[in-house]
Amino acid sequence: MNSDNHRTIIPATALDKSASGFSVAFNKRLQRRYRAEQRFKWLGIAAIFSALAFLAFLLTTVIGDGASAFRQTVIQLEISFDKEEFTQEDLLQADYQRLVKTALSERFPEVAGRQDKRLLYDLVSSGASYKLLNMVRDNPKLIGSRQTIWVPANDDVDMLIKGKIDMDQPEGNRRIKDRQFQWISSIREAGQVELRFNRAFFTNGDSREPELAGIRGAIKGSFYTLLITLLLSFPIGVAAAIYLEEFAPDNRFTAFIEVNINNLAAVPSIIFGLLGLAIFINFWGVPRSTPLVGGLVLTLMTLPTIIIAARASLKSVPPSIREAALGVGASKIQTVFHHVLPLALPGMLTGTIIGMAQALGETAPLLMIGMVAFIVDVPGSITDPAAALPVQIYLWADSPERAFTEKTSAAIMVLLGFLVIMNALAVFMRKKFEITW
Amino acid sequence: MKVTGLIAAGALLAVTAMTSPAQANRDYIAIVGSSTVYPFATVVAEQFGKTSQFKTPKIESTGSGGGLKLFCAGVGVEHPDITNASRTIKKSEQEQCAANGVTDIVEVKIGYDGIVLANDKTAPQMNLTRKDIFLALAKDVPNSDGKLVPNPYKTWQDVNPELPAVAIEVLGPPPTSGTRDAFVELVMEEAAGEFEAIKELKKTDKNAHKAATQSIREDGAYVEAGENDNLIVQKLQANPDAFGIFGFSFLDQNADVIQGSMVEGEAPTFENIAAGKYPVSRPLFFYVKKAHVGTIPGITEYLAEFTSEKAWGPEGYLADKGMIPMPDAERAQFAADVKELKPMAMK
Repeated sequence: MNSDNHRTIIPATALDKSASGFSVAFNKRLQRRYRAEQRFKWLGIAAIFSALAFLAFLLTTVIGDGASAFRQTVIQLEISFDKEEFTQEDLLQADYQRLVKTALSERFPEVAGRQDKRLLYDLVSSGASYKLLNMVRDNPKLIGSRQTIWVPANDDVDMLIKGKIDMDQPEGNRRIKDRQFQWISSIREAGQVELRFNRAFFTNGDSREPELAGIRGAIKGSFYTLLITLLLSFPIGVAAAIYLEEFAPDNRFTAFIEVNINNLAAVPSIIFGLLGLAIFINFWGVPRSTPLVGGLVLTLMTLPTIIIAARASLKSVPPSIREAALGVGASKIQTVFHHVLPLALPGMLTGTIIGMAQALGETAPLLMIGMVAFIVDVPGSITDPAAALPVQIYLWADSPERAFTEKTSAAIMVLLGFLVIMNALAVFMRKKFEITW
Repeated sequence: MKVTGLIAAGALLAVTAMTSPAQANRDYIAIVGSSTVYPFATVVAEQFGKTSQFKTPKIESTGSGGGLKLFCAGVGVEHPDITNASRTIKKSEQEQCAANGVTDIVEVKIGYDGIVLANDKTAPQMNLTRKDIFLALAKDVPNSDGKLVPNPYKTWQDVNPELPAVAIEVLGPPPTSGTRDAFVELVMEEAAGEFEAIKELKKTDKNAHKAATQSIREDGAYVEAGENDNLIVQKLQANPDAFGIFGFSFLDQNADVIQGSMVEGEAPTFENIAAGKYPVSRPLFFYVKKAHVGTIPGITEYLAEFTSEKAWGPEGYLADKGMIPMPDAERAQFAADVKELKPMAMK
């Protein structure tokens, strides 16, 4: 379509010689080729910039939403650990909730009436009583004393302090009522409300209270799962690649296997989840929802990636190395393990890390094997029920409480952080150990 | 060194294979089931885990149907102890259970959930009848001659002249969702009964009748927005003309940005749903495998926590999360049944 335009702009005087000595038609063709080149260059630049724009958009939304999750509102309370509360042997049995309530009532003696008291007690997270419990358990001498401590605020208060609740709305539409707002303002003026680094986010397991929810359980779950995946898929994948590349006869059967490995790399991951459900859980009886079964399923998923990468790096070792080794009398296996494999290893490790990064971000297969679950206790071994990082993101994204929005973005940031570290490691290893022939 | 690595991997595989029946002593409660009950059950589980000597139960959100399938697969530690459901167990599911040896099942009703049709706060609140909703969303609707034709309505005004001339665009759950099942049952099937043409179909062609009452239009006016209700809330804010269908708890948490439409003149409020005035509400349940009580530690205590006033009462923490409690007498009845672990009768 462009050539039509040019014809109208430049009058066609085809055989006139121009100053440079080339024909006008030639110059026109040359110009057209230059223009095509320019167009292509700009298209490429535009493609890169739109990709960058999408990435920037993604990162700004995620960071903009999630940055505030790393801080948590805390409220200062003066708790008196009354001796009367601790009459029972078992410290678990004491009513810590009441200690918190008493402290709040002492702070606001004017609040009366059942409804108002309920609103007042709602300012502080239910996590406050667990904090008191832990304090007393660590140091029973606290009983009978009076302590000034900081306890986490409720998620609605947290949202208010972070400016995510619009106080111009009519009262009925807000989760913070007018009276609550007054109380918060008054303790805020007294300097008894602070935004602090949210340690709980990194030390707690999942919770239905946004202010208590943390990603430790998910991180440990992901860690155990990837550990299993790595321990199984790396040796199996490398062994398979070595056999196929160095030992296997070149016949129809190996060609068939090769085609199937390539196909498996493209199979949607949920299929591996279904396979895992049928074989590992229903047939072998591996416990559901555990990193063990998750690791087994992800092994199936990463194997093709590792085999393909390992074969490619074996292929890139020049035949002269093998021939030289065989020439000085090394056996086939000595050739492979003493000479070829060490040279191919950096490439294999890079492929493995990329495969692991893929496995880290996977949710679909975990859905089938019960790892998409609400699990509060941080897993301690590969047979404890556990969630994984992407699963935690999915679960939080689906929770009704507003405060989970920022937790979701914060968890995405943590996951992205791990992925970037893993990919950077892969790049670093390639740069450091890569041998160019 | 590489060879030893391979041997180690082989050994690990073998160990995995051998220790597989190692689940012989599960020390936590395994719960599966409805995604609607999930936000409530998880709160109870967390509370239970933190205030008792037992481990926190593990809760999977599999949907009501998926949960009952897992639940009915058999008795033993590898099968779940409890399944949550946003509907009652079907006869076929009960038979499936019985066939796998799951005979004594305790049914526990926990409260109610309202299904709301909501839009952005900046748009006007709608006052709809179930008939309006049916005409707006059904795949086939009766025309003036009483014949079923593909849904011709484009705006709400086409459906009912009193409604605004805004294009019909409703974001709702996909067919796999229990919320969709309940919506179809409580709104679509209910409203379909008001049309003579559809009523007559029941006598002549059962399948056509089922299709007419349960099918939702697929021409773009109804958008299946997935199970993520938060996403629907965000989309509603972006598009004030659109409506979303989801559970009451999401309206409750986001009441500053979205509003629920009135159905049959009743607004979807906590009080109206609790009083049974708001028509689109459904009971929520969970089912307990009696054979596991005593084998898996903590089931009795978990049931006690769930059925305590501080959990499911009108002032309880479940009400704070948006669950609508049952009336006092009904709660007392179910709490007593749960204490005795009274198994439900075969349907």
